[in-house]
Amino acid sequence: MTGFYTLFYKEWLRFCKVSVQTILAPVLTALLYLLVFAHTLREHVEVYPGVEYTAFLVPGLAMMAVLQNAFANSSSSLMQSKMTGNIVFVLLPPLSHQEFFLAYLLAAMARGLVVGAGVFAASLWFVDVPFAHPLWAFAHAVVGSGVMAALGVIAGIQSDKVDQLSAFQNFIILPLTFLSGVFYSIHSLPPLWQTFSHFNPIFYMIDGFRYGFFGQADVSPWLSITIVTSSFFALSLLTLWLIRSGYKLRH
Amino acid sequence: MSAAIEVDRIFKSFGGLHALAGISLMIEQGEFFGLLGPNGAGKTTLISIIAGLTRATSGIVRVMGHDVVQSYRAARRSLGVVPQELVFDPFFTVREALRIQSGYYGIRNNEAWIEEVMEHLDLTSKADTNMRALSGGMKRRVLVAQALVHKPPVIVLDEPTAGVDVELRQALWRFVRQLNLDGHTIVLTTHYLEEAEALCGRIAMLKQGQIVALDTTQNLLNRHSGCYVTLRIEPDRMPGAWASRLTTRLEGGAYRIALKDYDEVESLMAALRAAHIKVQEMEVTLPDLEEVFVQVMKS
Repeated sequence: MTGFYTLFYKEWLRFCKVSVQTILAPVLTALLYLLVFAHTLREHVEVYPGVEYTAFLVPGLAMMAVLQNAFANSSSSLMQSKMTGNIVFVLLPPLSHQEFFLAYLLAAMARGLVVGAGVFAASLWFVDVPFAHPLWAFAHAVVGSGVMAALGVIAGIQSDKVDQLSAFQNFIILPLTFLSGVFYSIHSLPPLWQTFSHFNPIFYMIDGFRYGFFGQADVSPWLSITIVTSSFFALSLLTLWLIRSGYKLRH
Repeated sequence: MSAAIEVDRIFKSFGGLHALAGISLMIEQGEFFGLLGPNGAGKTTLISIIAGLTRATSGIVRVMGHDVVQSYRAARRSLGVVPQELVFDPFFTVREALRIQSGYYGIRNNEAWIEEVMEHLDLTSKADTNMRALSGGMKRRVLVAQALVHKPPVIVLDEPTAGVDVELRQALWRFVRQLNLDGHTIVLTTHYLEEAEALCGRIAMLKQGQIVALDTTQNLLNRHSGCYVTLRIEPDRMPGAWASRLTTRLEGGAYRIALKDYDEVESLMAALRAAHIKVQEMEVTLPDLEEVFVQVMKS
């Protein structure tokens, strides 16, 4: 347990020591989105009846911050350690595969949740957001951040260079988050795009999370949590298998 | 008692390249063992397999009796490795890095030992300095300290003195020798053969992924009987038959001649006398590890 706890603590310290870049910067980015989109679209869009667009946007932005930062933490930490060679400090000790995985996973989830909470808290200065079912919101945030943290571990193991990781981030993660209904309800999309959206696991994370605030969503929160949790377990098993095999870590 | 390190028919290929071609080796507990060979001979690959950083294509390695793949946790607990590359984590100070490293090995409250290791390696004054701000030599010391936080019975140093100043080199060897006296097994790779000769009880020489010599340092030195005579003469010319012997001209004009045994010294002297050549300076030396190494690598 000490091994796991230490690696978790190290990962936690790593992002806390550069919190301006890892926490404050993404909170500010989300607030800018909120200001710009809310200002330009508030008068024109009503996604859910009785819900102002600005309020609709807040949970989406908070969840996007959770997901992107969970992914960024595990992937960049692993990739940087591999690039600088200091990955040996965690490969030489007797950490079990599970300890290794859980430490990177939980630290990344922690960063995602801290940034998400920051975005939410900061938004409350500008917007009133209802909080109908906090448990639903919390469950989706936790499991969703787990999915992205595990995906980050995979991307970090896979990438040997910065551009490989940024390709992963820009061509997979970013399109999936943007096309998941952060800024809109998928019901406003043409039927073909609606169908595509249903294959995007991030859509369920955002949708289920938003249900926690407004008590209404595009699909049932039970469906969302089932899909997100299944994705989490499938990705975790894949990641553990990769770590056990030594793929791209122990050549 | 299990061997400190047991390497059994290890093969390792990277693509089509055979980095290690069937290495078997037994290092007993308490030994000071040297692993020598030119660049690319496979020393670091072998160390990486022992440390679990690389997986062998086939074969088994055990550290203190623990298989490095099957019982990787017990094997890694028994091993401390100082890597060749000068790596560090730029987020932490020296003390933080050592505390974190202790934690990875499951050790809490390791302060007393961390202080002691830092003291031995002259790191105490830098304890709260960020790793980024340290010189290369200081970073090297931290790497040594990190390998020792869990007091491993077996310590592997992969070229720890590459690019390190004389003072640290001497301090490091004093410390490592003391660890060996305290019962730790030491495995060392180095390009400084005089260091290996002075420190190692037994030596393996690697060439192209194979062991080409494995013996006690003394036996390796004895293998090459004979001696060398270095002399300066007046007039400066070698007489008859000796002129055609394998003779090296050193800087400053001295001759260095390889002799089969001490008896040949006598005949060399006689030849010089007969040719009315005076000896101005003379030294007889035994072959050192460097000569042995060069001959083994040539054969």
